[in-house]
Amino acid sequence: MQPVTTIHYLVLSTALLLIGTIGVLTRRNIVIILMSIELILNAVNINLIAFSQYHHNMSGQIFTIFVITDAVAEAAVGLGILIALFRNKETVEADQIDLLKW
Amino acid sequence: MDTAFFYFFALLVLGGGILTITRRNAIHAAVCLIVSLIGVAGLYLMQKAEFLFAVQIILYIGGIMVLFLFVIMLVNLDEQAKERQFNGQRWIALACVVVVGAQVYYFMQKGASAFQLGPAAPDTGAPVTGNTEMIADALFNQYLLPFEIASVLLLVAVVGSVVMAKKRI
Repeated sequence: MQPVTTIHYLVLSTALLLIGTIGVLTRRNIVIILMSIELILNAVNINLIAFSQYHHNMSGQIFTIFVITDAVAEAAVGLGILIALFRNKETVEADQIDLLKW
Repeated sequence: MDTAFFYFFALLVLGGGILTITRRNAIHAAVCLIVSLIGVAGLYLMQKAEFLFAVQIILYIGGIMVLFLFVIMLVNLDEQAKERQFNGQRWIALACVVVVGAQVYYFMQKGASAFQLGPAAPDTGAPVTGNTEMIADALFNQYLLPFEIASVLLLVAVVGSVVMAKKRI
């Protein structure tokens, strides 16, 4: 088997990014859309860590910590909005929340 | 051995991801996402980022995913699981994925020689300190201001989520 290079990690993170994009665009359940956003952020993290290791530079790992912090904030606020939405409209489906559509 | 571990973790990551976006039941999707995040944590460990491995396990799997599971139990998803799971944007999603994938493939082909992404750069001697010490050194010297701003961001998120989820303010 050939050794693992940075390209392997880049291909893997691209695949994970595309899976997350498909999830965001096609699912109707808002909880699963939020989970797909977590997948996308993890793809970014894999990329950052791969380049950090390749260049022997710590900045990539620091940025990964900030991305994880953002993911925590986003998940907390997103799920708070979801609970408020469910209390008011009794639905968690993205295409039934069409108040601003015409 | 390294290669075998890489493919094992890649299988966990991609298999967990695909199952996450296709499961009908939201709790099953959350469990598959946990599998995917464990795979990502393994990849961190393979790239000598031990601190981030621990952060991934504790924060993502122990924090965010438990939050997700709590919310799934709070909002009643039983009747939603019986309905149609996908909206009519399948072809738009496919077009987006093909365009982005083609772009990334093109630039990887072009950049592989320009950036010499073949074998990794040789290790410049033995590391004098561990991974956690190096991260702390960079975080508290070079990136101190972003670190403080991140704490303000977390405060805003905490207050915001409490205000959102409260019945009457």
